[in-house]
Amino acid sequence: MERLEILKTYKIFIGGQFPRTESGRYYTPLDKKGQPLANMCLSSRKDFRNAVVAARKAFGSWSERAAFNRGQILYRIAEMLEGRKAQFVEELVKQGSTKAKAKQEVELSTDRCVYYAGWCDKYQQIFSSVNPVASSHFNFSALEPMGVVGIIAPQTNGLIGLVSTILPAIAGGNTCVVLASENSPLCAITFAEVLATSDLPGGVVNILTGTEKELVDQFHSHMDVNAVVYSGGNAEHAKVIETGADCNVKRIFIYEQDFFKETAESPYYLTDLQELKTTWHPIEQIGGATGSY
Amino acid sequence: MNRNKTVKNIPDFKLSPPVDKVGVEERVARFQTRSIKNEAKIQGLKMVLNMIDLTTLEGKDTPGKVHQLCYKAQHLHDHYPELPTVAAVCVYPTMVAEAKKALGDSGIKVASVSTAFPSGQSTREIKLSDTRFAVENGADEIDMVISRGKFLAGEYDFVFDEIAAIKEVCGKARLKVILETGELASLDQVRRASDIAMYAGADFIKTSTGKIQPAATMQVTYTMLCAIRDFYRKTGVKVGMKPAGGISSSKLALHNLVMVRETLGNEWLNNEWFRFGASSLANDVLMQLVKQQTGHYQSTDYFSID
Repeated sequence: MERLEILKTYKIFIGGQFPRTESGRYYTPLDKKGQPLANMCLSSRKDFRNAVVAARKAFGSWSERAAFNRGQILYRIAEMLEGRKAQFVEELVKQGSTKAKAKQEVELSTDRCVYYAGWCDKYQQIFSSVNPVASSHFNFSALEPMGVVGIIAPQTNGLIGLVSTILPAIAGGNTCVVLASENSPLCAITFAEVLATSDLPGGVVNILTGTEKELVDQFHSHMDVNAVVYSGGNAEHAKVIETGADCNVKRIFIYEQDFFKETAESPYYLTDLQELKTTWHPIEQIGGATGSY
Repeated sequence: MNRNKTVKNIPDFKLSPPVDKVGVEERVARFQTRSIKNEAKIQGLKMVLNMIDLTTLEGKDTPGKVHQLCYKAQHLHDHYPELPTVAAVCVYPTMVAEAKKALGDSGIKVASVSTAFPSGQSTREIKLSDTRFAVENGADEIDMVISRGKFLAGEYDFVFDEIAAIKEVCGKARLKVILETGELASLDQVRRASDIAMYAGADFIKTSTGKIQPAATMQVTYTMLCAIRDFYRKTGVKVGMKPAGGISSSKLALHNLVMVRETLGNEWLNNEWFRFGASSLANDVLMQLVKQQTGHYQSTDYFSID
């Protein structure tokens, strides 16, 4: 008898768990030939809210973790990703990529994890500063993560786009709520399975699937979201986010680019999602007659 | 105000009706499926605020902390027009005077825990003087704990007498009796303890101290509400209910209101007869109210820390 293939139920990823959408709705993205890819959760604003609650809860301990430990965990993500290479290639091909391009995308994604794993315990030294001031203060500026980052992942490049937007956020101690590509969402949920098995605490990354149109307003209006990264490629939505984010003055970053390029990995993506905190620490005159800092 | 002294024919508490646990589970599950429309929700949330006993019961409580809590009780969220205040502030006996002073003539009551809260492991004499101290300092309500050890050992008369003795010391102050259901192990025991407390003179029965988990689960609260209903039918005396501990979300609070409405009726839906013992619930309710007003989900960043 011919064996019946067991198909995966793609669910969303909130607080380290894989629940179905609270709304009970689903949608069916199609491949290039018009064949259904899978039944995906059509996330509602309540799912978004739950995801933000999970992200906020995870933020405290994730941001206070030793930078080195965050690096270890990001490296672990790369290890897990490598192990599932074949599965990702298969999914990318299903979603319309060629085999060669898919292989390149998965390998590049894995390398990018290693890249940001390395930056975890280095950006602070490089981008912080001790500032010269004309009074008897020790004045220094250090980076602090912003908090909960809303990320709308690119529509194309289901894996590399996702990885390139999530990693700089979490490498710097933020937690995030991600809306996966609407038309190629398969890799996003499989990537969530990678995250769930790589020592990343639950809630640091939360991934939803659904339509950008429905959820875009939630990203900019939720008062507990501190920054939004938009790479959905829709100029109208980008504008909506920019104008709507004034309710609590969110930081907005619009990234439009080819995520295969080397320019898509840079510590500046990491520092985009950091706030610079400057401290004036009173001191006695040190170093003799002249102020030494 | 009711005084349960009028109640005669004290029953044998060994014969308190057993509780059908599976039935309770099913009933409770159904309370959680009611659809609550926006307008009703807003009204419900305001009602919840008005039923809260804002609580601080920690070893590290200071007069400053109590003062801050009392301010919060009177000014829940000044940006939101026409909000009710909470029902009461709940503190340790040593903080009663401070709370009384801070609340002034705001109409908000001061509730004091007593009888060697939270364990209740002390002598009758100490428990009585603990209560007397709180009442003399101006407490409007007394939250006592029962002796769970004695209860579990089957000494129901001891527990009954103790509650009755405390009730006498309370004078005009209303007496809430904390059963600490997390330590009573079964719903049958919860029902029995509720019966003892009500016959002994409780004005309120309360689930928990907030120090033991599980605290105010809906199953436990439902069992106690049923006990109140049966007591009312038998004696005509109304007793209030106060779930405390673990109710930190608006959703759960609304489910509780539904449960009260469908078990005891509208008469119990005010802070004379129903209270929430909570510390973090108020902020969650406020966040929901502001969400209904603005359409935006809120962040704790914009609400007072308490």
